[in-house]
Amino acid sequence: MQWETVIGLEVHLQLATKSKIFSGSSITFGAEANTQASAVDLAMPGMLPVLNEQAVRMAVMFGLGIGANIGMRSVFDRKNYFYPDLPKGYQISQFADPIVGEGQFEIQLEDGSIRQIGITRAHLEEDAGKSLHEDFHGMSGIDLNRAGTPLLEIVSEPDIRSSEEAVAYLKAMHSLVTYLGISDGNMAEGSMRCDINISLRPVGQVEYGTRAEIKNVNSFRFVERAIRHEVERQADILEDGGKIVQETRLYDADRDETRPMRSKEVANDYRYFPEPDLLPIVIDEAYVAAIGKTLPELPTAKRNRFIKQYSLSAYDASVLAGSRALADYYETVVAACEDAKIAANWVQVELLGQLNKNEQAIGDSPVTANQLGGLIARILDNSISGKIAKQVFEAMWQGEGTADEIIAAKGLQQVSDTGALEAMVDEVIAANTAQVEQYQAADDAKRKKLLGFFVGQIMKASKGQANPQMINQLLAKKLA
Amino acid sequence: MHEQTVAQLAQGLRDKSFTSVELTRAYLQRISELDQNYNAFITVNEENALNAARTADQRLASGEATPLTGIPVAHKDIFCTRGMLTSCGSKMLGNFVPPYDATVISRFNEAGAIILGKTNLDEFAMGSSNENSHYGPVKNPWDTSLVPGGSSGGSAAAVAAMLAPAATGTDTGGSIRQPAAFCGITGLKPTYGRVSRLGMIAYASSLDQGGPLARTAQDCALLLNTMAGHDPLDSTSAVNAVEDYTLSLNKNLQGLKIGLPREYFGEGLDSATGEQVRAALKELEAQGASLVDISLPNSDLTIPAYYIIAPAEASTNLSRFDGVRYGHRCADPENLHDLYTRTREEGFGDEVKRRILVGTYALSAGYYDAYYKKAQQARRLIKNDFMDAFERVDIIAGPTTPGPAFGLGAKSDDPIAMYLEDVYTLAVNLAGLPGMSVPAGFVDSKPVGLQLIGPHFGEAQLLNVAHRFQQATDWHTRSPQAGGVV
Repeated sequence: MQWETVIGLEVHLQLATKSKIFSGSSITFGAEANTQASAVDLAMPGMLPVLNEQAVRMAVMFGLGIGANIGMRSVFDRKNYFYPDLPKGYQISQFADPIVGEGQFEIQLEDGSIRQIGITRAHLEEDAGKSLHEDFHGMSGIDLNRAGTPLLEIVSEPDIRSSEEAVAYLKAMHSLVTYLGISDGNMAEGSMRCDINISLRPVGQVEYGTRAEIKNVNSFRFVERAIRHEVERQADILEDGGKIVQETRLYDADRDETRPMRSKEVANDYRYFPEPDLLPIVIDEAYVAAIGKTLPELPTAKRNRFIKQYSLSAYDASVLAGSRALADYYETVVAACEDAKIAANWVQVELLGQLNKNEQAIGDSPVTANQLGGLIARILDNSISGKIAKQVFEAMWQGEGTADEIIAAKGLQQVSDTGALEAMVDEVIAANTAQVEQYQAADDAKRKKLLGFFVGQIMKASKGQANPQMINQLLAKKLA
Repeated sequence: MHEQTVAQLAQGLRDKSFTSVELTRAYLQRISELDQNYNAFITVNEENALNAARTADQRLASGEATPLTGIPVAHKDIFCTRGMLTSCGSKMLGNFVPPYDATVISRFNEAGAIILGKTNLDEFAMGSSNENSHYGPVKNPWDTSLVPGGSSGGSAAAVAAMLAPAATGTDTGGSIRQPAAFCGITGLKPTYGRVSRLGMIAYASSLDQGGPLARTAQDCALLLNTMAGHDPLDSTSAVNAVEDYTLSLNKNLQGLKIGLPREYFGEGLDSATGEQVRAALKELEAQGASLVDISLPNSDLTIPAYYIIAPAEASTNLSRFDGVRYGHRCADPENLHDLYTRTREEGFGDEVKRRILVGTYALSAGYYDAYYKKAQQARRLIKNDFMDAFERVDIIAGPTTPGPAFGLGAKSDDPIAMYLEDVYTLAVNLAGLPGMSVPAGFVDSKPVGLQLIGPHFGEAQLLNVAHRFQQATDWHTRSPQAGGVV
């Protein structure tokens, strides 16, 4: 049978606030265990939560970023369950009245096609701490540094149909939240974690099949692999006439498989009820409008503008608008050199090539956007050839200075002086009389080939610095 | 000295009739001699109290004192005190020494008051008789065979027995007013949010409110001046400006309209108690107030609504007591489940367990709508009753309790009978209103309380009415004879 994959994603996004959502503790990653846990985070008796307004602001920014309904009155609830890394015995979350309601999210697939994915809701909540089960002589260690870290849980509709779409969704989400500056989106550090709800149904069937949930997948690659495995597992069961059990599964990256965590039948009754220690979050249109004014241009709008303003292909525009830092870099290069096309090539091929090779982010680039723009400007004004430019770029990467400094220091200036070039041409003609004779006897097609030989000789003699266009003209004249 | 009110003691300190060290030492002496009869204190702050008194004397001498500088105050052992055991009356916190002060404690410290000690209470403030304490029951100073009321029973008994001139308490369903009535003292439960809850160990977050217990309304006003105010660390704390509650105490009562809810004078009210309350109301009428018959038609919903909402909140507020980070922890847990179950089984008493179970049940999937949601709807109706009544009257008055203090053990096996003790006080908490209990006479030598209820942030008016009543009566000046107290 032909099966259709149905996927809904829950993204847990760590917000880039200065402090925790309900306490003043810092949330720096990697601090020594329990050094970022205050009396509130430890749930000491009598301690009370105080909402961090920055988290609300960031949630509203996200809502506006996906054109969602903003909850003008949203309510925190207690989600009750016992676990040692949950100090209060409940997580403060939002249940019935989230801060972000329904919205739409546009994703672009590799082939350039566009899909709209529905967003069900996004709500604010606090993260739990971490349980550490190793190196404690049979006991467990608890690190509460992460407890109380602000999270935005973004729930999608079951609109995703393949692992490719899931990855595209996550990449676009990553792009959006980093554009908004509301999260660093660092999956390796857990700033963006993902639960995958996945089911299969026969192609053409309207009802959804029974789903399994895969918890806490923390890289694009693992998402792709986890989905692939789960689809195969479910398809095998269904093909054999079996039934899918609704359950929570864990993706084990080391063994590259999913396995059950706990069955929903025995799952906790979370006993949600409104958190009496916090007032509802009540915001007004003016508050939302003021935040709206601070929103940067978002990835989709930027991509479309790049296509229009710079005449870029959809693919180039997507790559260059993929992150705010890269897009800003690109536009600075364009401003410095005034040629969007060549700038796009240089940024994508040379710059990203080098960055990828060195596993560096755009922010780490040793070549600034203005420096790269300056280099391209020298190509455009014929100071250097494209080939020499790559040499200059290498030197810039090594920190040897600006394009002009390097060109001057290494004497790479293109020779465009007619007198100097004529002397070179004459010299090469004189040294290659046999080829001159051949040229003069040949037909047009053959002449073209031989002309290349002379150009090559001159470039060699000039160490690549001769202006190739002028050489061509001079040769054609002198050999005629 | 111990027979004086806070206002009188403050004057005495200013007049240099005695020092704070002498005053504090006198109270410590009384506690050490007499508290064995009442069990009002869990912790007595002997050494540090005298140090604080020395500092207070310096401050008094420097002329930078507040009205409470140098005044010893006892605190219910539900307020966290830095470096001092804060047990909440529970074995669960029998070893808990907080590294921080509750906001209420900080405010008293800043005012220069002396922490005399920490008073006994029903475990986690759950109870109406102070029999639910891990530290044993408190006894009523008027008759040690009687309960002092609860849950702030230790605070009420300490003030009644003159082991402290004033004390703090908390009131979730009557826990200041009911023991104040049983012990013949004055107690005020402020408007919800008027006093910070930070560092006050939570029973039911949407109902809990700290307040003063003292001998007079004037003393309550002095204490409230220090306790009240916005706390940015308590999101439910009120931002309304705090008035000086001592300023309007003497306003005359001419034209004051007092509503008498017929539901508070009906079946269930002990007739002798009812007579005392009516006589007290006559006194207010004599001062120019008019008595208006009113109805709070949804009063019968009060007990059911309260005993859903309070346990529901308590069931999750008490989840943090899990043996992982502080407090009691069972010996040699075999695994996580064993750690949780044995720690909580050993650490909590029966009434606390009962309310956790009730609350957990009420919030469970499939029961939430029938219980918790319904109870919240009832709560709105109860509140609306009061709002409607305050359209017609300035304050509401009635008995604080259905009858005077009962015997130790008399109701401890019957939770429902115990819950009915709070029938007149619970609605005030559900509506978030301020309420007071004022001594209004005796039934068989047992004190009776008059309850005064005001609109939100109407504390000044309640204190005014109570003060005028106390200017014309002497019930509040009577002191118990039992236990060698004069």
